[in-house]
Amino acid sequence: MRPAGRAETDSLYFTYPAFDPPRGAARHTLSERTPVAIVGAGPVGMLAALTLARHGVRSVLLEARGTFNDGSRAICVARQSFHILQSLGAVAPFEAKALGWTTGRSFYRGQQILEFEMPDGPDERFRPMYNLEQQYIEQFLWEAIRNEPLVDIRWQSAVTGLVPAEDGVALDIADPEGSYTLPADWVLAADGARSAVRRALGLRLQGENYEGRYVIADVKMAHDYPTIRRALFDPACRPGGTVLIHRQPDDIWRIDYQLGEDEDAEEAIREDVVRASVASVLAEIGHDAPWELEWWSVYSANTLALDEYRHGRVVFIGDSAHIVPIFGVRGLNNGLADAHNIGWKLGRLLTDRAGPGLIDSYTPERRGATLDVFANASKSARFMTPPTRGWQVMRDAALGLALTEGWAGALANPRQMTPFTYADSPAVLADDPGFAAGPAPGAAMIDLSLGGDFLSDRLPPDFTLVCFDAALAEEVAAQPGAPAVVRLDDDPRIHARLATGAASAYLVRPDLHIGARWRHATAAGVAAAMHALTFREETR
Amino acid sequence: MTPDQTESVYEALARAIDRAAPEPPEQVLARLCLLLARALDDPAQVDKAIEAALRAPPGPDGGR
Ligand SMILES: Cc1cc2nc3c(=O)[nH]c(=O)nc-3n(C[C@H](O)[C@H](O)[C@H](O)COP(=O)(O)OP(=O)(O)OC[C@H]3O[C@@H](n4cnc5c(N)ncnc54)[C@H](O)[C@@H]3O)c2cc1C
Repeated sequence: MRPAGRAETDSLYFTYPAFDPPRGAARHTLSERTPVAIVGAGPVGMLAALTLARHGVRSVLLEARGTFNDGSRAICVARQSFHILQSLGAVAPFEAKALGWTTGRSFYRGQQILEFEMPDGPDERFRPMYNLEQQYIEQFLWEAIRNEPLVDIRWQSAVTGLVPAEDGVALDIADPEGSYTLPADWVLAADGARSAVRRALGLRLQGENYEGRYVIADVKMAHDYPTIRRALFDPACRPGGTVLIHRQPDDIWRIDYQLGEDEDAEEAIREDVVRASVASVLAEIGHDAPWELEWWSVYSANTLALDEYRHGRVVFIGDSAHIVPIFGVRGLNNGLADAHNIGWKLGRLLTDRAGPGLIDSYTPERRGATLDVFANASKSARFMTPPTRGWQVMRDAALGLALTEGWAGALANPRQMTPFTYADSPAVLADDPGFAAGPAPGAAMIDLSLGGDFLSDRLPPDFTLVCFDAALAEEVAAQPGAPAVVRLDDDPRIHARLATGAASAYLVRPDLHIGARWRHATAAGVAAAMHALTFREETR
Repeated sequence: MTPDQTESVYEALARAIDRAAPEPPEQVLARLCLLLARALDDPAQVDKAIEAALRAPPGPDGGR
């Protein structure tokens, strides 16, 4: 919502573009069959289109609106999402605009009781977290696909129905100039929390709704505080409640505050009430200079997901598949990982570089990640908004002890990072028992400083063998269907981090998760792993 | 105790307080303290823990 007198996209700092629906000659080919149709050009749909294009697959991206989503919504972009953008060659504008951060501070009744650092170091190309308004996230993704010949973006084009068939789906589409049917081999449903595709297939999200409701308000102000996440527990401005404060680019600050049980949501989002609530938070943090209200919304903590993300030729990605609580900052990050995961898998399948079994690994991997988010988010939710007296008493006890006892502070750490490990995935091979340490198959590949650049800078958006031995590198590269090869120096510092020797190797998947690793790698072993991980034969 | 174990204890205590309801939390927590003190079998350690507990910022009712 915006202050009275300002339209939905009338922002203090962002100019919303206005996109036309397909016109003129473009209309002659609207009904031409497409290998992939993506419903929804939110951040998740656009990232899916970009990933498919990088794998040489054409897509039609259908978006009901004529511009980007209103309001800044999701603002925290995690390191792993930056790695995804990097591997797609799209990270530069994000890095230039976003505010990286590593530190969080917790306050209890006005007193700082805890400061935590998220894992970071000289081996990391990216900071653990970046703050960036969702409009920019969408704008930068759009800039990455707008001139991409393999992506056909159709604005003001709403999907109004769909008919699944054996070898594809027929989508009904309405735009201001008419309506038509688009046949597609595959459909990626990226149409958000109120997914029309989900409804058309008669599917429902399953899970829990939590009690905690938050108002999220963005204000523009010149406020002198570094990019550090501030959490205020039981502050004077909202007794018994919790407040989060984040800095965003362009002097925009995100104030999230919890509504009390007795507060009516309807009333809480009235402009005068929001203004008064924000003013009291700003008074508490000592901001006495002018500020302007930019946008606000109300958000509740849900853990809802589809039981199965794939239904025939329709695959759900992002908010259409799962709604996660705000605290984990996973809504967007989880969705981007979905899009990237199905993007490379479908990309390989549709360019004849993988068997259909690869697609079956999508639900277990990404639904597993969502369930992991749920588990962490439930813990965070209990800490941020204790649901009962017992959780309240213990939460306050932990906060009370955090100042003097480090272990109690750990209970208050929001643990927002660490990408999920695809431990039991069919698209990951069993670990080589020769390894005693280092990142295991299924985990995200770690980054390494290589003196000047980073390992992640050298990983292309496809399977990559990371090894040390020149002969192995040459032999692998000469094989048909070989992964890309990145050869590292035989350096003890690197061996210590990867638990490798000169003959070892890691096989990194296109999504930067580890598919396999060997203490003593052979070209034949790598070829067999590529065969298995791309499901070239159904019977392995 | 590992951080995970500390967290499990924290969660078990929260659930215990809820199970004891409507009895006020301080009753069940006071009994628990006595039981734990006996199990610890070290009065000096108990005194130290009491002092550490009192160093914390004021509790919900003694705050403002
Ligand atoms: C008010 C609000 C506040 C939020 N705050 C946070 C936050 O603080 N932190 C956080 O991590 N996450 C937050 N989120 C969640 C975050 O914005 C989402 O996780 C993220 O946008 C998901 O991206 P998506 O692309 O899956 O869906 P969306 O961004 O919702 O995009 C879906 C797109 O599909 C389009 N669409 C829908 N139906 C059709 C149709 N029938 N035909 C064609 N197009 C269609 C829509 O117009 C939309 O552009 C918030 C969400 C909301 C709504």
